[in-house]
This record gives sequence, structure tokens and C-alpha cells, in this order.
Amino acid sequence: MPHDHHDHDHTDHSDLPAEPALRVKALESLLVEKGLVDPAALDAIIETYERKIGPRNGARIVARAWTDPAFKQRLLDDATSAIAEMGFVGRQGEHMVAVENTAKVHNMVVCTLCSCYPWPVLGLPPVWYKSAPYRSRAVIDPRGVLREFGLELDSDVEIRVWDSTSEVRYLVLPERPPGTETLNADQLTDLVTRDSMIGAEKLRATGEGAQR
Amino acid sequence: MNGIHDMGGMHGFGRVEREIDEPVFHAPWEARLFALRHAMGAWGKWNIDGSRYAREIIPPEDYLRMSYYERWLAGLVTQMVDVGLVSAEEIRSARPARGTNNVTPALAPNAVERVLARSPALRDVPAQPRFRVGDTVITHNINPTGHTRLPRYARAKKGTVVRYHGVHVFPDTSAHGHGEQPQPLYCVRFDARELWGESASRRDGVHLDLWEAYLAAA
Repeated sequence: MPHDHHDHDHTDHSDLPAEPALRVKALESLLVEKGLVDPAALDAIIETYERKIGPRNGARIVARAWTDPAFKQRLLDDATSAIAEMGFVGRQGEHMVAVENTAKVHNMVVCTLCSCYPWPVLGLPPVWYKSAPYRSRAVIDPRGVLREFGLELDSDVEIRVWDSTSEVRYLVLPERPPGTETLNADQLTDLVTRDSMIGAEKLRATGEGAQR
Repeated sequence: MNGIHDMGGMHGFGRVEREIDEPVFHAPWEARLFALRHAMGAWGKWNIDGSRYAREIIPPEDYLRMSYYERWLAGLVTQMVDVGLVSAEEIRSARPARGTNNVTPALAPNAVERVLARSPALRDVPAQPRFRVGDTVITHNINPTGHTRLPRYARAKKGTVVRYHGVHVFPDTSAHGHGEQPQPLYCVRFDARELWGESASRRDGVHLDLWEAYLAAA
């Protein structure tokens, strides 16, 4: 669409208030009035992503991979099937690949072109993942980004950045922290953070759960 | 297109700021807009590639000023008007045009779960992949004005095929109504030094999923 400040054929077509809250409210009213959307369907969609889908799903996958070697192998061989086996399927998770962090390899996921992210296992992405600083720098300066996140990697560790250019979504299988040998799968699930499954941090035995 | 959305490798955006205990949505309107997008998508008038392109054509100065969901709003309005689900006048006035027929919503509440379940890009069509894992490939130097998933930083670069993903919908045609034209999709590893020069780590690499049309044998 041409960009022309002299007419109203702007991308947003709008003389509506600039405040997005008001514009979205006006848009919803219009679409409901035209019969194009059912507000109850909107409620159900929001409920799904606010309550049912989130990084706890991914944490359960990771904890199982740490405690069930056969599952871990299936996850690394065919993540789509292994994750579906645990019941996590849906939009933005149709084609999954799991990549394993080790003492010598650190994986980190980005989408430089937009904001592709594995919704069924991690929920909707955090703002930093969608931000220009992360999208621009993850591919050219992954060590600098990780350093800002508090993770200094040795120069002999290989960093593998995964730029999500297709509909394939990547899940990082973080290293199991030392000192967690006696924990069961539920306790391990509590240790796994969202950011560790993006490859933005390493886990410690005293994690804060899958919120971050 | 060589748009502002194609950010890989750019400088000047500053530090990555992480928010502690971040909510799924930062305001109710973000959630309503997110849901509106899905509900309107159920009309089947566009696909994910076209939706991405509708955000890519936001003028760069606006793109950088807008929040993530403001871009979604702009893209949704563009698409709805383009396909005729609403008119530009209706968006301006926030009122249905006189005489328009009320329709039945495409997405009923009891269909939400099914609609959110799956929308795969893999296509079950026969194909003879030209490349195999381990092959060295070189990306084409293309600069299309339309949608593409080959970022600028990875054009005319040499890499190694590390995985074959099967036959996937081709975004460059799909975004513009030119059909899915499914074709082999590969994961290609590029050494960081191939992309960024000698100052990059010798060990590190960047992986991109690339369609066969982007690749030539090296």
C-alpha cells in the first residue's frame, strides 16, 4: 500500500482515535454488528492463550526428556510426534524440532523477520523476544545478547542460533542442572524456565519456575 | 521485500530488556485484538503468509513506532479492507454501511478449539528433493518487492544442509494469491563468519529454514 501523508489511504485507514484500546473497541463493535465475529468466540480464544497454553507445557516436555531416555530420543528424532504424544498440539506448533544444549553446544532461537514462536509449548512470546533489539542482534551478536542476560559462555562453546524462517518451530532442551538427581519429574518441571527453552539462559537448581 | 521487518544483523536498537513476571497480554485490548485476528482468519480469506506481508508493508517509520499488537491491528485492517470483509469507510466511521446484510460469524464459540488445533504447512505431495543433508548450498541473491522468508543477511551466502523438513507451502507465492506451490524445505547452517566476517566466532553458526527455490548447489 502506498504511503501518502496527503490522504487517508494510510495503512490503518483510520480517523478513529489513535489510542489503540479505543480503536480495537470500535473495531470489535463494528465486526460484531456486521455479524463477522461472535464475542463469545473471542472470549474462548483469549481463555485458551491466557489459561491453557503456556511455558508449563514445555517444562513438562523437558522434565520428561531428562527422566525418560526413550522419550528424549523420540523428542530429538521427531519432536512433532513426541510433543503430540504429550497432548501439546496447535497453531504455531505444527512442525516441531527440539535442539539439545550440552556442555559444548548452546542453542538459541529467534525470529528475525517477525515473531515466530512455538505457542503450544511456550505460550505467546514475551515482548523482548518480539523486540527489535533481540531480532536484530541474536544472529550477529548472540554472545553479547546472552551476556546481557547474565550468561557468559566460554569461547569453546559452540552457539547455534535458529532463525525461525519457516513454519517449523524450535524448542531448546536445556541441560539438566547439577544437584537435581534426586528430583522427580514434577519437581524438575518447576525448575524449567521459559527463557531456558528459548536458549536465553542456563538453568540452576534453584530456578524460579516456568514464568521466565 | 527489503523492509524494516528484516532486522537480522542491524545495529542501533539497544539492549534487550526482559520483563519479570510478564503477563500474557499487557492490556485487555491486546487480547481482544489477538482474538479478533483469529476470528476473522476463520473467514478463510487470507493465509499466514499474506498476514505477515500485511505487516511488512507498514511504512518503516510507523513500524518502529508501533507496538507489536498495533502492527497486528494495522495488518488486520489492511487485510479486511483488501478482501472486502469491511470497507475503508466502515473502518473510518466504525459503523456498518447502510444496507449491509448481517451475516453469521465464521467462528462459533464451540469451534474455537478445533480452529486453534492445527494449520500445518507440510503438504503430502511427491517431490524429489534436490539437496541432501551434508550438501553445500549457496543462497540466491534475490531482492523481491513481495514477501520472502530469505532474510537479507543470508543472501548469496554459502551454507550446509543439516536437515530436510519435507515439502512445505512456499510463502513467496502463497502470500500473494499465487498458490501454495509447495516445495522442499531444508534447514541450512551458515558459519557465523560466512555471514558476519572474521570478527565473528569461528565456532558459532546460524541456522535458517530455506525453501529449495532459494538455493543453488555450491
